[in-house]
Amino acid sequence: MSLRIVVCAKYVPDAIGDPHFTENLTVDRDDVDGLLSELDEYAVEQALRIKEAADAEITVVTVGPKDAEEALRKALSMGADQAIHIEDDDLHGTDVMGTSLVLAKAVQRAGYDLVVCGMASTDGTMGVLPAILAERLGVPQVTLLSEVSVEGGAVKGRRDGDAASEQLQASLPAVVSVTDQSGEARYPSFKGIMAAKKKPVTSWDLSDLGIDAEEVGLEGAWTTVESAAERPARTVGTIVKDEGGGGRQLAAFLAKRKFV
Amino acid sequence: MTEVLVYVDHADGVVRKPTLELLTLARRIGEPVAVALGDGAGDTASTLAEHGAVRVLTHVAPEYGQYLVVPKVDALQAAYEQVSPAAVLVPSTAEGKEIAARLALRIGSGIITDAVDLEAGEAGPVATQSVLAASYTTTSRVSKGTPVITVKPNSAAVEAVRAAGAVEALNVTFSDQATGTKITSRTPRESTGRPELTEAAIVVSGGRGVNGAENFAIIEALADSFGAAVGASRAAVDAGWYPHTHQVGQTGKTVSPRLYVAVGISGAIQHRAGMQTSKTIVAVNKDAEAPIFDLVDYGVVGDLFDVVPQLTEDVIARKG
Ligand SMILES: Cc1cc2nc3c(=O)[nH]c(=O)nc-3n(C[C@H](O)[C@H](O)[C@H](O)COP(=O)(O)OP(=O)(O)OC[C@H]3O[C@@H](n4cnc5c(N)ncnc54)[C@H](O)[C@@H]3O)c2cc1C
Ligand SMILES: Cc1cc2nc3c(=O)[nH]c(=O)nc-3n(C[C@H](O)[C@H](O)[C@H](O)COP(=O)(O)OP(=O)(O)OC[C@H]3O[C@@H](n4cnc5c(N)ncnc54)[C@H](O)[C@@H]3O)c2cc1C
Repeated sequence: MSLRIVVCAKYVPDAIGDPHFTENLTVDRDDVDGLLSELDEYAVEQALRIKEAADAEITVVTVGPKDAEEALRKALSMGADQAIHIEDDDLHGTDVMGTSLVLAKAVQRAGYDLVVCGMASTDGTMGVLPAILAERLGVPQVTLLSEVSVEGGAVKGRRDGDAASEQLQASLPAVVSVTDQSGEARYPSFKGIMAAKKKPVTSWDLSDLGIDAEEVGLEGAWTTVESAAERPARTVGTIVKDEGGGGRQLAAFLAKRKFV
Repeated sequence: MTEVLVYVDHADGVVRKPTLELLTLARRIGEPVAVALGDGAGDTASTLAEHGAVRVLTHVAPEYGQYLVVPKVDALQAAYEQVSPAAVLVPSTAEGKEIAARLALRIGSGIITDAVDLEAGEAGPVATQSVLAASYTTTSRVSKGTPVITVKPNSAAVEAVRAAGAVEALNVTFSDQATGTKITSRTPRESTGRPELTEAAIVVSGGRGVNGAENFAIIEALADSFGAAVGASRAAVDAGWYPHTHQVGQTGKTVSPRLYVAVGISGAIQHRAGMQTSKTIVAVNKDAEAPIFDLVDYGVVGDLFDVVPQLTEDVIARKG
């Protein structure tokens, strides 16, 4: 039987679009364009590479509003086989505990041998969802990998930490997350984009997953945002053109600020 | 008084500075009880006591070095059950965040990651986060269960306050998952002798403009004239000019030093996410239009190969 790979992919506001908070202190997902989190492209890429080395089927899953389907289409055009979109009005404002609950139920329902996540989303940037997902599923976590491979029912990878670089190994099923050091993500080909239009996208809501509305959303969140304030713009500093003494001028500035 | 659990990040008994910052923050909420695991755990006690730990719970077992994350979660959970703390604080390292997150789920609590400040509040500790590429500052609270909060380095000034720091052995039973992910080999990193990037008061970073691994000697020389840490942009890291562990930005380290020096770096949003909370920012870039100049307190438009060696020379002369 072929390896069942599920890739978790988040639809996020484009960072260069300058996202804002709304009145209910959630990120305004309407005022800037969204996209597949760039760090999840690496997850799709590694899933595709695993598939190229073995018989596998790739399902990409997202939890998000209607527009999040764009993220799924991107992953499908890169080469994923099918997609699942979990969409429900009651999901608005869900925190990481709620999101991980929804994803855990979804991957269980989809069926999986390997779940591949990005290292962090580019909006929340918590970087903890894969670990929580592994805990919920009761399977090994093999996270923050800069290199990953699957062989003979086991997943292997390299985790580059601050203190050491480690080689890891776990048996399947498992949850892995990959970093942006794992290898450039491919661009969708024209053929891939055309093929993606025909690939199946399944929609599930909370009732399909047996989750009560109270368990998710702002109401069900286990954390509460109390305030959000835009960081004041920095005051414009001094800018000089180097006419031969730029280094000395900078040194003088730093001396005045007592760094020297 | 209520107790606050503090997870200790240490290397063979040497406590890392962010843990001392956590002890300082923990005292705003209650009495810190430290949890130190693995080889050298007992050696941490005197440092932890000097920084306010009323108790130090220790446990040593080979599992901590042989398997990923879960043995440490089991131990922290054992400490949680023994202490019934008002909050659990963990340093915001990659591993620390994962330990904290799994613990939070197990004990039915919400989690806040990457806090940059912490205060006692009426309904429990209030955490400050710097989010959306540091363009917003938020305050949040854990509203369910015992607050589990991970805190970034440099979030508080370390205060030494003597406390008992009595060492107690922690009783840990490892879960079935503890041995799930085996660490089959481990290659420790060599120390550069320079300060830790996230802890340094001054950081000097080089980008694509540095144009070659060998030219990073110019960046290192400037850093050494200040006793600073060396950082790099992702472009410099991707080109193989400097190790990824030195990358500053969204997928690298967040730094918040007193002085950040950006050399040959354009200032893309993902780089800014990692450095724009620095107190003073200066830049050297030959392109007057580079977005980094929107952030600087002082900028020099010029060729880094002219400006930086002159700057280094002048700094050394002023110090001499
Ligand atoms: C600025 C900001 C701060 C936040 N702070 C907190 C906080 O302190 N505590 C808290 O509980 N929640 C917080 N949240 C909410 C949290 O970001 C969401 O619940 C989110 O879906 C999970 O966290 P993340 O995106 O940061 O995940 P990360 O752990 O950074 O994501 C890792 C990987 O998980 C997968 N993934 C994450 N979300 C989804 C999704 N919706 N669909 C598919 N795959 C997904 C992706 O593969 C991703 O690469 C915050 C959100 C924002 C925007
Ligand atoms: C998901 C994601 C995550 C990312 N994470 C990070 C991250 O963590 N950190 C990060 O840095 N980037 C990150 N990036 C990449 C980021 O978008 C930029 O590509 C990167 O920061 C550019 O690096 P740079 O400024 O060194 O290079 P460039 O943008 O190419 O800028 C080089 C600068 O050097 C100047 N220059 C050239 N020659 C000289 C000279 N002789 N003297 C003086 N100046 C000179 C040029 O004028 C230019 O401004 C990420 C991107 C994505 C999509």
